[in-house]
Amino acid sequence: MKILVCISNVPDTTSKINFTADQTAFDATGVQFVINPNDEFGLTRAMWFKEKQGATLHVATVGPASVEPTMRKALAIGADEAIRIDAEATDGLFVARQLAEVIKNGGYDLIIAGRESIDYNGGMVPGIISAMLDMNFVNNCISLEIDGTKATAIREIDGGKETLETSLPLIIGGQKGLVEESDLRIPNMRGIMMARQKKLSVVSPVDMNQGTEDRKFEKPAPKGEVKLVDPGNLDQLIDLLHKEAKVI
Amino acid sequence: MSVLVYTETEKGKFKKNTWEVASYAAALAEKLGTEAVAVAFNPTDSAALGKYGIARVLQVKEPRLEAFNARATAAVVRQAATEAGATTIVVSSSADARFMAPILAGVLKAGYAPNVVGLPEQTSPLVVRRTVFSNKGFAHTQLDGTIGIIGVSNNAFGATEKGGNAEIQDFAPELPDSLFGTRSVSVDKATDKIAIADADIVVSGGRGLKGPENWGMIEELAQVLGAATACSKPVSDMGWRPHSEHVGQTGKPVASNLYIAIGISGAIQHLAGVNASKVKVVINNDPEAPFFKAADYGVVGDAFEVVPELIEKLKEFKAENA
Ligand SMILES: Cc1cc2nc3c(=O)[nH]c(=O)nc-3n(C[C@H](O)[C@H](O)[C@H](O)COP(=O)(O)OP(=O)(O)OC[C@H]3O[C@@H](n4cnc5c(N)ncnc54)[C@H](O)[C@@H]3O)c2cc1C
Ligand SMILES: Nc1ncnc2c1ncn2[C@@H]1O[C@H](COP(=O)(O)O)[C@@H](O)[C@H]1O
Repeated sequence: MKILVCISNVPDTTSKINFTADQTAFDATGVQFVINPNDEFGLTRAMWFKEKQGATLHVATVGPASVEPTMRKALAIGADEAIRIDAEATDGLFVARQLAEVIKNGGYDLIIAGRESIDYNGGMVPGIISAMLDMNFVNNCISLEIDGTKATAIREIDGGKETLETSLPLIIGGQKGLVEESDLRIPNMRGIMMARQKKLSVVSPVDMNQGTEDRKFEKPAPKGEVKLVDPGNLDQLIDLLHKEAKVI
Repeated sequence: MSVLVYTETEKGKFKKNTWEVASYAAALAEKLGTEAVAVAFNPTDSAALGKYGIARVLQVKEPRLEAFNARATAAVVRQAATEAGATTIVVSSSADARFMAPILAGVLKAGYAPNVVGLPEQTSPLVVRRTVFSNKGFAHTQLDGTIGIIGVSNNAFGATEKGGNAEIQDFAPELPDSLFGTRSVSVDKATDKIAIADADIVVSGGRGLKGPENWGMIEELAQVLGAATACSKPVSDMGWRPHSEHVGQTGKPVASNLYIAIGISGAIQHLAGVNASKVKVVINNDPEAPFFKAADYGVVGDAFEVVPELIEKLKEFKAENA
């Protein structure tokens, strides 16, 4: 089995989000970038397939050279090879088209992406790829088992979960649940050394239009002061929620 | 030109989110000077859509779509868009919509703007405001191309009854078997509980509650309020509560009208996932807990004293206002 994990490079979850002075772009000054958390779960599940079922594991990212440290981290965790598509990740349609090209040329059986990138929260790249390549797709995937070409997946639905049967080639939008939190891998010294020798190829993008353009950004309006209610006077809280906030 | 809305049904009945997306589609159609058309799957009460301003319903009767199938649904919506001459497609933020919409975007090679919080501020081309960076920012996003998809954030627009009649039309799209490569085997859903995604009110507990045995009062508070229950990440990681209750940046997003956080410190990753809620109440014994900075109302106190008393007072309030 040949697996491709699609990794997006995102600001660390503790980052303060700022935009440039003209409000047209994200300001990355001082921001630490990491493997998108949803992709980290997917990468760990892919490592399990590699170790237990003898899969080959590649990772791919659409981004400029500055994303390479994140890709090296994925190699240090255990991916065999990395592919960088040398382009700014402008929108979901464009990114999906680039990854679809890599997938088509690479003959992958299983594509593991995340349910969403925590930066632009698109939640669309794996689904768009599935449509472009006519491939089976499971989103919000919290469990995945592969037996030959058969796959059993569980997806989260509103208020519960659904078990699905499908077959390879398959693409998933994975998330927490795919593996236990405690099984997430952090690169060790040996992995980091080995990653330096692993192949990281850079390919040129193919032509594709964007479907959307982010014209301007802004931060949420500052929050007003919290209204504190005395614990001995909870009637006041109920009154505020009823009459002022009108939520009960 | 028209606006097409994808409506969701369960056992023939429209899901609650239908009224919000239908209202959004109707308001957008009005703004564009055109009509709103709905596509509905095995519905039993299509006429209800008229009340929310839908002019025409394309109703699909198809036994193979009794269980949700994302790819086949996307194929239906695409054909409905052609039938309706749609230039915009409106979808909800439900798990099913978020499964289907990207496939639709891929099939149509269309732009898709999710997490949209209001009507377009500009119509030609369409520009919508949506949340990005897990509620830490907003983007004004332009939809390019001849057709665009808008994903409406839960509870961002609300439902508005206008009173009207919808023309109902049977619609039979082509659905080759090849679209059904993914089959639903079983659905596991707690029928006695309110889903976080559907809830107007969410009651959430954190590590401050000390252990799973103390969740009785959280459940009871939720029951009194008709709310869903949720928890912080460590609570689900330690197995005190199921993973499905974990909310936040790496868990489920919450966009309820009221979010009550009990014994939760308000870490940045937690806030990122719940900040879209309209009103936030925090109960915490530490006045320095960061959550108070993000809250509308707060009670500095011991949850084990505050919550039982709040339950009693709410019961009295409910009895008086019944
Ligand atoms: C990559 C990453 C992703 C993450 N994603 C998420 C996420 O999606 N969701 C999430 O929730 N967290 C997430 N976290 C974890 C987050 O950083 C915090 O660790 C977590 O939210 C803390 O949970 P808590 O508030 O329940 O516990 P704590 O931080 O331990 O807070 C407990 C609170 O309870 C209060 N308390 C104690 N006793 C009482 C009492 N008797 N009465 C009232 N109050 C009391 C304390 O004052 C304290 O404020 C993530 C972390 C990382 C690194
Ligand atoms: N620039 C990118 N390079 C590689 N994979 C990406 C990129 N952007 C998104 N993805 C993948 O698609 C998933 C969903 O991302 P998004 O649609 O951007 O929310 C992510 O979790 C990644 O697996």
